[in-house]
Amino acid sequence: MNLEKMAPRAAYLLVGVGALLMLTPFYFMFVFATHSRTEIFNLPPPLFFGDSFLVNLHILTEKIPFWRSLGWSLYVALASTGLTLLFCSMGGYAFAMFEFRGKQPLFLLVMGTMLLPSFLGMIPTFMIMDAFGWIDQPRALYIPGAASAFGIFMMRQFIGSSIPKDLIEAARMDGCGELGIYWRIVLPLLAPAMGTLGLITFIASWNNFIGPLIVMRSPEMYTLPLALRSMQSPVNTEWGAVMAGSAIATLPLLVLFAISSRRLIDGLTAGAVK
Amino acid sequence: MASTSPQRPVWRLSPKVVPYLLVSPFLILFLVFGVFPLGFSFFLAFQSWEPTAGLSSMKFVGLGNFAFAITDEWFWKSLKNTAWLAFASGVPQHVIAIPLAYFIHTSFKRTRNSVIGAYFLPYITSTVAIAMMFGTLFSTDFGLINIALHALSEVPGLGWLISGVPIDWLNRAENVKPAVAIVVFWRYIGFNTVLYLAALQTIPKDIYEAATMDGARRLQQFFYITLPSLKPMIYFGVTLSVVGGLQLFEEPFILTGGRGGTDQAGMTTAMYMYRTAFEFNDFGAASALSWLLFVVVALLTWLTNRAFKPRDGSQ
Repeated sequence: MNLEKMAPRAAYLLVGVGALLMLTPFYFMFVFATHSRTEIFNLPPPLFFGDSFLVNLHILTEKIPFWRSLGWSLYVALASTGLTLLFCSMGGYAFAMFEFRGKQPLFLLVMGTMLLPSFLGMIPTFMIMDAFGWIDQPRALYIPGAASAFGIFMMRQFIGSSIPKDLIEAARMDGCGELGIYWRIVLPLLAPAMGTLGLITFIASWNNFIGPLIVMRSPEMYTLPLALRSMQSPVNTEWGAVMAGSAIATLPLLVLFAISSRRLIDGLTAGAVK
Repeated sequence: MASTSPQRPVWRLSPKVVPYLLVSPFLILFLVFGVFPLGFSFFLAFQSWEPTAGLSSMKFVGLGNFAFAITDEWFWKSLKNTAWLAFASGVPQHVIAIPLAYFIHTSFKRTRNSVIGAYFLPYITSTVAIAMMFGTLFSTDFGLINIALHALSEVPGLGWLISGVPIDWLNRAENVKPAVAIVVFWRYIGFNTVLYLAALQTIPKDIYEAATMDGARRLQQFFYITLPSLKPMIYFGVTLSVVGGLQLFEEPFILTGGRGGTDQAGMTTAMYMYRTAFEFNDFGAASALSWLLFVVVALLTWLTNRAFKPRDGSQ
């Protein structure tokens, strides 16, 4: 066999092995979730599932308010997804379909802040939340989260390219009220983009670490990432329990990814490609 | 609604008001939580106050916070760490993502989506879960990474490549940064691969057909057709890596227990800024640090732009 024929096969193999290597940490996250701390630190370490998952879960719920944190994570993610979808679809519709004073500079401002590094706002955000008395309040996470510049951008692009202006005009002629147009015509047509933005927002909120790190101060208000990190200690970290918690935190993402990977990947890289 | 035309019922909104109504919920939040903090952060960078005495003790200190930052040993150290990490995790991402995307584009048909999914998955999972997982994999005596390295070093012909196993990844200063870089690389390689795949799909097939007719081999096609066509996306991807890499926070923060590890070897500037604010309670200095880091990000973005612009006369 000559080199021209071998090369693609070798590439095929390399890419495949690489893909498996990418998944290996996930595999061991789930395997270690079913083993005790002592079993994990064994030679050789466990390579297959064990039977200590419930024990790990028990340790986890004893050390941290795990279910509560899971509940907060879910609550914040759902609230921020709902608000983002509502506000960004309204704003995106206005930017795409209406002419109004200050529209261009405003849109540039929104896009401009997307380019600025997020850490610049970290300290003032804490001070604002403190002044509002929102420290340890879930709303400190989902209300600012709803002002998503990315969401506005995405909605404006989608509305501009897929909803004909004539349709809106026709509805107006037929006597449909402005809010009726938004609610009964624009929103249903937005469904695909709303699905993508909703997924992205939910996942970003679910994984958010820096946000809660700054505004959530008491352990009973911790979201899942903060709660898991609080299990970490220089000595005696309960690795089995930590892995069980990490696995439970990762599972919903794996499910979402499995059913919508194309849409998610396209959505997350959309800004780049267009 | 006095100005509404007669045929319009009174309760119906005037089209002039509608866009403002639609934009306002977003806009109010955006101004309060998006724009105001930026301006306020700039203001804070020139102030100093005792947090226990409240904001009323705030006083203008001119460039004092900046002077403190640029004479601060830890600031420079954190900047060096950040640059090292951005470079060591960023460059391999692109060097590997480009051929990877090319192979997937040319050789994968039926399994294409699953392969892309496998590479992309780390990007959407929680940094905390990932960093915790790698914490166990990096364990010195029982971690799978060291065990795998040890096994590889037993393979004849590979032993010289791997020395010093078991490696104390997270406790020795010289190993912390490579460990963080590995995690960052693993997390973002798939994202970059997807970017390049999207760019590859826009290259017209007939260019390759013409090249094949002219007798160009696949490797030649890669270097003379594919790479030049990818240049705009390389520029874009590298810019994202530079901007993202310089803001690195979560991965080193969790892998080093929030403190930067032995000798602060894993402390990035974003982490140092966080610690200055929330551990050392100096919000003014922390704001100054964040603006200094912003200048570095802007400067390097500009340099990236320069590096990718075609020079006059050539090309």
